[in-house]
Amino acid sequence: MDHLTWLTFLPLIGAALVLLTPSSAAQAQRMIALATTLAVAVLGVMIYRDFDSSILGAQQVVSIPWFEIRGGPAIRYTLGIDGISLLMVALTSLLMPIVILSTWGHIDKRVKEFMVWMLVMETGMLGVFLSLDLVLFYFFWEISLIPLYFMVGIWGGERRIYATIKFFLYTLAGSLVMLVAVIAMLYQFNSADIPTLTELAAALPADKQGWLFAGFALAFAIKVPVMPFHTWLADAHTEAPTSGSVVLAGVLLKMGTYGLLRFCIAMFPAAAVQWAPLFMVLGAAGIVYGAFLAMAQNDLKRLVACSSVSHLGYVILGMFALTSAGLQGGVLQMVSHGMSTGMLFLLVGMIYERRHTRALDEFGGIAHSMPLFAIFLVIAVLSSAALPGLNGFVGEYLILKGAFDANQTLAIVGVLGVIFGSVYLLVATRRVLFGPLNKRENRELLDLNAREIATLAPIVLFIVWIGVAPTPFLNKSQGAVDVIVRRCDEARALKLATVTADPADAAANLTTPTRR
Amino acid sequence: MADQLWLWAIPALPLAGSLIAGLLYLLGIERRAAPAHGAHDAHGQHSAHGDSAAHAAAHAAGHAAAHAAGHAPSHDDHHDHASTPNKGSAKLAALVACGVMAGALALAIKGFFALRALPEGSERVLESTPWHWIAVTGFQVDISMVLDPLSSALCLVICGVGFLIHVYSTGYMKGDPGYAKFFAYLNLFVFAMLMLVLSSSLLGLFIGWEGVGLCSYLLIGFWYAKGWPAEAAQKAFVMNRIGDASFLVGSFMLVKLFGTLDLSDIVNSIGAMVRSGEHTTELMVAALLLFGGCCGKSAQFPLFTWLPDAMAGPTPVSALIHAATMVTAGIYLVVRLNPLFAASEIVLFVIGVVGALTALIGASTALVQRDIKKVLAYSTVSQLGYMFLALGSGAFAAAIFHLITHAFFKGLLFLGAGSVIHGMHHEQDMHKMGGLRKQMPRTFLTFLCGAGALSGLPLLSGFFSKDEILAHTFASGGAYRVLWAVGLLTAAITAFYTWRMVALTFFGEGRYDKKHVHPQESPAAMTVPLMVLAVLSVVGGALGLPVVFGVAHALNTWLEPVIAPGRDLILARHGGEAHHLSHAVEWALLGLGSAIALFFAHRGFHAYKAGIERDEGLARKRPGMFGFLGEAWGIDNAYTQRIVQPIKLIAFVTYVVIDQFVIDGAVNGTAALARTTGGGLRVLTDGRVRTYGIWIGGGAALVVFFWIWS
Repeated sequence: MDHLTWLTFLPLIGAALVLLTPSSAAQAQRMIALATTLAVAVLGVMIYRDFDSSILGAQQVVSIPWFEIRGGPAIRYTLGIDGISLLMVALTSLLMPIVILSTWGHIDKRVKEFMVWMLVMETGMLGVFLSLDLVLFYFFWEISLIPLYFMVGIWGGERRIYATIKFFLYTLAGSLVMLVAVIAMLYQFNSADIPTLTELAAALPADKQGWLFAGFALAFAIKVPVMPFHTWLADAHTEAPTSGSVVLAGVLLKMGTYGLLRFCIAMFPAAAVQWAPLFMVLGAAGIVYGAFLAMAQNDLKRLVACSSVSHLGYVILGMFALTSAGLQGGVLQMVSHGMSTGMLFLLVGMIYERRHTRALDEFGGIAHSMPLFAIFLVIAVLSSAALPGLNGFVGEYLILKGAFDANQTLAIVGVLGVIFGSVYLLVATRRVLFGPLNKRENRELLDLNAREIATLAPIVLFIVWIGVAPTPFLNKSQGAVDVIVRRCDEARALKLATVTADPADAAANLTTPTRR
Repeated sequence: MADQLWLWAIPALPLAGSLIAGLLYLLGIERRAAPAHGAHDAHGQHSAHGDSAAHAAAHAAGHAAAHAAGHAPSHDDHHDHASTPNKGSAKLAALVACGVMAGALALAIKGFFALRALPEGSERVLESTPWHWIAVTGFQVDISMVLDPLSSALCLVICGVGFLIHVYSTGYMKGDPGYAKFFAYLNLFVFAMLMLVLSSSLLGLFIGWEGVGLCSYLLIGFWYAKGWPAEAAQKAFVMNRIGDASFLVGSFMLVKLFGTLDLSDIVNSIGAMVRSGEHTTELMVAALLLFGGCCGKSAQFPLFTWLPDAMAGPTPVSALIHAATMVTAGIYLVVRLNPLFAASEIVLFVIGVVGALTALIGASTALVQRDIKKVLAYSTVSQLGYMFLALGSGAFAAAIFHLITHAFFKGLLFLGAGSVIHGMHHEQDMHKMGGLRKQMPRTFLTFLCGAGALSGLPLLSGFFSKDEILAHTFASGGAYRVLWAVGLLTAAITAFYTWRMVALTFFGEGRYDKKHVHPQESPAAMTVPLMVLAVLSVVGGALGLPVVFGVAHALNTWLEPVIAPGRDLILARHGGEAHHLSHAVEWALLGLGSAIALFFAHRGFHAYKAGIERDEGLARKRPGMFGFLGEAWGIDNAYTQRIVQPIKLIAFVTYVVIDQFVIDGAVNGTAALARTTGGGLRVLTDGRVRTYGIWIGGGAALVVFFWIWS
């Protein structure tokens, strides 16, 4: 079998192995899950190494007939990878072993099921990033929804049922709208092949693209989440177990931004050009809004969740600038956010495991009892606050620069996030780490152990690596991004040209389905 | 000359030192790690680790007691002195840190001579191989290390003063539990500062710019366990970030205008752009935005309020970061991009006004401070204002001249104050000092040199640099004459508060508790750096003797290739005519400056020589003015009330009202609506045949009714 199929389904094999173990063998289940995700990571690194940045479209494509819809297109099992999906796959495959390792600390009941769900989720996420068939994409998209539902619902906090149902129904509502758009696409173009559809849909006039764009955009906007569709996120994060939060923030949310890029922008450039101002407004608003929400939190985990709304606002702002810098910055920020926010959630989990609280006013002076924890927390905070030289800065600078070229006012609103971001991050840091160590429980805290260091150290490595040498990473996605930018530029030019053109032509195009 | 790879070694050395010292710190700390396996619940933790937990509690309680013992917030207390002698690893860290500083200084000196060997003019540049940092289609950031006359001069100051302060710190920080960590941070700071001045690109400069801000944050909050240093650190970072946000937008504008962030490319293209008359507004806005960044970093009005609070950090930090180097980054940036700022008269005048205003606010506030470090902090704010006044007058070289002499004498004064604080067991209140000249003769004598230079006593370094600034401002004419008058007033206040400080600290009767406090001279590690800086503070003026002395202005000549583009733009605006003062006017200004300095120094000294009665009298007679000056014209309080509190309120309202009630209310409302509707419709399908029968019958009746009726 080919690399991509192995990569995608290896976690399922691991899940099957975990299922074969007796329920009581928790340590064995953990080890199997860890070994599986490590193997996936190795495979991910191999794929990353073999990737040819000079090829603009998808590469390493594998395509097998799957099934046919009567009167509709043939559905195929098609996987392929381009620069954007490569970075997402790398992020997923490297983050998962860390997530599994982190469960040692907080998952001690029903370990078997948890590991199975984790591994199923990895398959789902990788499938989303690799699918080149629309139906296959939708299949993986829905698959990846289910494991988190159980993770929050079974292993979550006090209000887990409320949170998980809210998360599930909210995202499902978006997905169903997307399903309508998917079916419309299948019958309109009689194809399910994403590259083909991208070519065909891009040729549609703007108003026709608009409906399809909207159908996809709603699902992705909920997933990201774009303000004002964000309220499920804070609840889901607050109730999810640490590892669930890390996957949710690190990878699952990126499915939303990835979808916006892969479908909404690349497939419907004319609609994207039309709707870009709205999304840029929502992105910029999300940056400031999320920061204000974070400032008002006393629960450390909820604070990090709100910071995600702010950080993903940057991604939206940059992507819908539709410039090379903005899109590249957006893609890199997806990776960076996975690292820094994932790390923040890990750290919050570590302190929660020790203190069984996340209320900021319960802490203070912890740098004294947990010096290593303090160092890691400060690094994560600085990465999140986009200190130059660390990963967050590169993405954020490119995003804001790209946005500035498209819309100066919104870029300046985004820059305000640089100030507010430092406020909530540093206030939280101070309240947890600094000040007098005046609570007895905090004096007795034990510092990080070797396992915990092992979960954090690789992230720190990448935080510094991407911050110091981002160009090799940016080069990977440059080709794919350039294609998208060119499409958008063409759409923009066409929009200017069609103002004077005959509207009848456009209508004729609309009613004739293109058949292959 | 390109491809001078060794230039990277200048910042790399302190970076390496920082990493080594940091590792040594980590190896040296006592850490109690959690068990590696299994979930830790509170239960297991308490029972299984009862021993170590009890030990930790005792340990921490000891610390808490040490920290709680009698610290009024103005005291620079910290160390559990002597009780915790430094470990070998900590001593090694200090040795490494000082060693790399010596190495960096040697390289900076080597660079200076290499540069001097090159022919005069714009060719006097050494450039390293570039680091291709960021590259996307249409935007690229390459960073190389560039040694030109300006960066070379600043490298010498940073490495020279930095080295002395490292040595001083080995004595000052002795016994501190974070000894190794302190040196790791200090080295990291020097690395960032060198990146700032050596980078070829504005974005490379920004790495250093935010990097020094980070180190400042870490070092202000060094004694975080006390709470208020951590708050001061946070305030410093956030206020700097406000400036940095402005800087970022400025950088976007520059990319848009010039397509690059390479500093020399920008400098070289501005002249043509100005002559073409295009993009005048954009250039002006970009310059003002970058200046906004300078206001944050260099503590200018309205963003200066973080600097006095930054005194919560250890005193060597105040000397190095908050006096000699970091806070001068804004001055460096303006000089580095001088044609950008010189392109607009408005920009220059704004800089001059902000500088003069800040100089006056800082000096007047320093007048009534009791904390010796606060006097020096406000004095620094004020002196930085002078430098911006110089920049606003287009006197770029004069600003750098004052930057250098200020690094000498203010570094010296801070270190001297540190020596006093050290000798007084962490007392910073001058009202509780007095008469220390007898117990601390070396500190006293060196402090006098620094005080003389700060107050502008004739022939000391500060005299010449300050005179040059005032002369330039005077010569600019027009509205600048008002700024000159403000500068002169500030000079008078400066002389007064400086000698008030000297008198209160070193003269009169000791006002401390003589039973418990026994002031003593500091060790050689601290006094030798004082002596070196004292010599520099006295003779530093030789770098830029006035033209009327009949000798060449060495610094002007040296900086000529860097400042020529901006000066030429200003000259072109005035039809090629430089503002020249006649020798008679120059001599008159020199005389006026000397007279004012001497007169007010004498007044200040005389008023406080005997004791603190005058302060007490003023506080009694003019409490309003005393309070107004003491709190820096009430600006900080206004920020707390008008900005910080409202933002907190807005955040709370955003969360509770908009987010929870409106947005999430809509989401949950939709769910509730669906549930209610479903619940209502459920009566249709309750599973009873009778109900279905009623519905079927009723429906049939309706159909029949409509059929007949129509």
